[in-house]
This record gives sequence, C-alpha cells and structure tokens, in this order.
Amino acid sequence: MAEQRMGFFTDTTVCIGCKACEVACKEWNDVPDDGFVFRATSYDNTGALGASTWRHVAFVEQDGRWLMMSDVCKHCTHAACLDVCPTGALFRTEFDTVVVQSDVCNGCGYCVPACPYGVIDRREDDGRAWKCTLCYDRLRGGMEPACAKACPTKSIQFGPLDELRERARDRVERLHAEGVTEARLYGEDPDNGVGGTGAFFLLLDEPETYGLPPDPVVTTRDLPAMWRWAGGAALALAAGVAVCFAGRKP
Amino acid sequence: MPRRRHEMVPDAEFRSYYGQPILKPPIWHEPHMPAYLYLGGMSGAASAMAAAARLAGHERLELAARTAAFAGGTVGAAFLVAELGRPMRFLNMMRVFKPTSPMSVGSWTLAAQGGLTSVAVGSAVTGVLPRVGDAATLASGLTGVAMATYTAVLLADTAVPAWHEALRELPFLFAGSALASAGAAVMLTTPRAQAGPARAAAVAGAVTEVVAGGLMERRLGLVGEPYRTGRAGRLMRASRALTLGGGLLATVAGRSRTLTALSGIAITAGALCTRFGVLEAGRASAKDPKYTVLPQRPPPPA
Ligand code: SF4
Ligand code: SF4
Repeated sequence: MAEQRMGFFTDTTVCIGCKACEVACKEWNDVPDDGFVFRATSYDNTGALGASTWRHVAFVEQDGRWLMMSDVCKHCTHAACLDVCPTGALFRTEFDTVVVQSDVCNGCGYCVPACPYGVIDRREDDGRAWKCTLCYDRLRGGMEPACAKACPTKSIQFGPLDELRERARDRVERLHAEGVTEARLYGEDPDNGVGGTGAFFLLLDEPETYGLPPDPVVTTRDLPAMWRWAGGAALALAAGVAVCFAGRKP
Repeated sequence: MPRRRHEMVPDAEFRSYYGQPILKPPIWHEPHMPAYLYLGGMSGAASAMAAAARLAGHERLELAARTAAFAGGTVGAAFLVAELGRPMRFLNMMRVFKPTSPMSVGSWTLAAQGGLTSVAVGSAVTGVLPRVGDAATLASGLTGVAMATYTAVLLADTAVPAWHEALRELPFLFAGSALASAGAAVMLTTPRAQAGPARAAAVAGAVTEVVAGGLMERRLGLVGEPYRTGRAGRLMRASRALTLGGGLLATVAGRSRTLTALSGIAITAGALCTRFGVLEAGRASAKDPKYTVLPQRPPPPA
C-alpha cells in the first residue's frame, strides 16, 4: 500500500448535534435530497444512514443527558459489501478505504443486506448503490474529508488510523480518570468481527443505543462453510436424482 | 430510553435506537427474486434429471427435462436482469470472477447453464448435431446441481440473521425445493407411462424440502422466529401443506391425469411459497433490531 491507512475517529463526547457534518457531506459530494421526515422521536429528522445519507447524527435523549453521535460507513478491514460485490464496483483504495465506482455498479443490490452495519443502500430512482467514500476525491487532493473539516468541535477527527487509535485510547483513559467510566471505544479493535473498522467511535453507552450492532461479524467469514454445506446438498441432489432413475426401465 | 420486552422470549431485553432496524433489509423485489429462485432451482434440478435420463435411456422424459431446464433458466435470467437497478449493465457481472461473491459465482453458473440448456434444447428440437446436444445435456447436469444450491449461499452470505444462521439447512431446503419443482414440471409434461422417475423426484424433493425447512426452524431458535410469524410464517405454513399434499399425491399420480395435474400444481405452488416465504422472513429478520442485537450479546451471567 503506497499510502497510510486513513480513517475517522468520531468522539461522541464532544458532539453538539449541529449536523454540520451532514450538510458538508451533502454539499461536497452532491448527495441528493433524502426527504424530510418528522419522526417525533428526537431531534433526528434524518433517520438512518442510506444511499443519500452518508453522515447521520443520532440523538438519544436520556435522563439528565443527551447522547449525540455522527455515524458513517465504517470502512471495514474485512468489508462484506466489497467481498460480495459481483461486478467489482466496490474496491479498496490506496488509503485502505472502501469505495463504490458508480460507473461500474449495476445495482444488483447484493451489498445492501451484506453490510453488518446497515450502511450502503440502493438509490431506487438511480438504480445504483451509494455510500460514504471517505471523500476519496478530497483525499487524493491532499485534503481532509468534508465532514471532518466542517466539524466545529473536533468530534470528527481524520488522520492516519494508527495515530487516531493512539489518540482515542488516551482520550478514554483521561475520561475514565475523570470518572466517565462508561466511555468506551467501538470498532477500533483489529481482532473484532470485521478486522477493525477504519472509522471508529468513542461512545458513552451500549452500541445498540445508537443503532449500532454490538459485535458484528463479516458474513464472508463463514463463506467456506457455506460452500461446503451447499456442496453437500449438490451431491445429495445428484445422488437423489440417480436413485429416482435406478431400476426403472424406460 | 425505549426498552422493549418480547412475549416470545421473556428474558430477552435489549435496547435499540427508537426500535429502528440496524440492518438494511434486502431490497430485492417481488416477484423477481423469489421467481428467479424458483425458476433457477427448477432449471438446475431439471438439468440433473435430463442428464440422468440420458444415461438411463429415458428418451421422452429427457426431452421434457431438457425443455424445463431451458425454460426455467431463460425466464429466470430475465427476472434476474429485470431486478437490477441498472439492467443495461447486466454484463458487468462478467467483468470479474469473484469466489468471495456468491452472486458472481452464480452469474457464471447461470451463464453456463443457459448456454448448455439452449444447445440441448436447440439440438433436440431441430435434430441438428445430436451428439453435441447430448454432451451439453450431460454437462448441464453438473451446472444444474450448482444452480439448484448456490442460491442458498447467495442468501446465507449476508448479514440477515434468518438467512446467515441458516447456512446449513438452506442448501438442502433449496435443493429439495428444486428437485420437487423439477419433478413436478417434468411429470406434467411427460406421458404418464414414462414419467415414473419424475414422480419419484417430486416425492423425494417434497420430503427433503419439508424436512429441511422443519430442521432449520427448530435449530435457529430466536433467529428462526421470522419463519414462523407474520406473512413469512403464513407462506411457510402454506408451503408445507402444499408440498406435503402434492408429494403424497405424487405417489399415486401415475394413475390418472387429474392426479398428476393436482400433484404437480400443488408442488409448484408449495415451492413458490417457500421462495417467497424465505425472502419475506429475511426482510422481517433484518427489520427487527432484536434479531441483530440479541445474538451478538453474550447471555448475561445467571
Ligand atoms: S460499514 Fe458496511 S458499507 Fe461500510 S465498508 Fe463496512 S460493510 Fe461496507
Ligand atoms: S449494487 Fe453495485 S456496488 Fe452493490 S454489490 Fe451490486 S454491483 Fe456491487
């Protein structure tokens, strides 16, 4: 890899829920309208990540505190979306990020249920799959992604993944020392089910509270077992057909 | 914080983001995807039957099986292309061969299946190059068993809990369903006197389909709930009743045209219900965050 692995560290303790990241992402990437829905649950009128929502700020109102968290594609080390894409439209860049080539994607939709985080989706009017590119074009131009640039509190930090991991561990230690014992990192562990995420988070509650899966595993980890069971079924089918013809005169 | 308690699993308490799904449900459309699953499976098992019929010398049955395999593959492929968000780009499937993508493996398998069954039928109908047609029929027996089973891997290789966790049983469910479908199609299009092996295939397929489905629902526990509830539950129950009924009738279908017709139609309807039911169960299991969260949380110490 010519370049360093780049990623995001999103520190939710300093997020103020301004949604500047959502706006900056839409503006820079020319992401179309994703509808304005009043959900009557919180300040969240965006809802969830999707084909036309590449940053999503979650709002959780709890007794005595607000949790806010800017969610994004995790740019997994073992990315299920990329593994299952039949056209090669999804690829890994020189920054170790995961990007869809919109001129190749044929909209088969396979990446959508493959992602264990529910990130990528198909735009039904356009027919293709879309998600965060970690501002691939800006990175190639030596700039930081639009959301990180726009974030006024440095909740979204961009940089080489090694540095971010170190910085995040320090931050958790400091928070623990200050008595914020519920602070925890989410996704950064290279030994987790997706081999560590390129975009990871500092959370103040269980992941599922923010709409994140607690401990996801890349589906393709079990692919050899799947092919073995399917191979067994294929052999059984061949044997079954043979038995149906055995001993029967035409 | 919304905390939800579920009647079916009294101890399963979990939190979520306003009850919203964590996963994106499969976006594949109805009837496209389930129709393809049925037609592709039927085509595959029919090819296996055509190859066996060739080896065993059942000429009339072989013709019917070749035809069913060709029709299923062709119409199924049309459904698959129509399902794409960008149908004009369907050839992009052939840009690469990716063993990590069951859809890539499946596209190549389908292409081979389509080619071989077209040659087999073309030769049978025109009488041109009979040896080539026979060789294509035998080769399609191999692509056929792959066609009938790869779709199970296609579904299992996703984050959808009701599909992924069913990775052991889905191939047998689909293989059984494919064999029953092909048995039904061939017995409906072959004179009764020569359709014995097709009736046997219909019975064997129906039994496999029902047994594999039952084992799957039992082993999956909580994650298998979507196969038992709601619209998917109704489809799976209808599938079981139709498949069992059709399979029973197939044992006596040699006696009359009416029995053959009833059996073949019931089995076909049952197989379609299975495919629609499995797709719907996958959607339901992706939409409810409990199926994502609970299996990923180690059980609390008692
Ligand atoms: S979070 Fe989902 S869409 Fe993003 S890289 Fe991982 S698998 Fe792909
Ligand atoms: S929808 Fe596009 S990006 Fe997603 S798997 Fe299919 S071809 Fe690849």
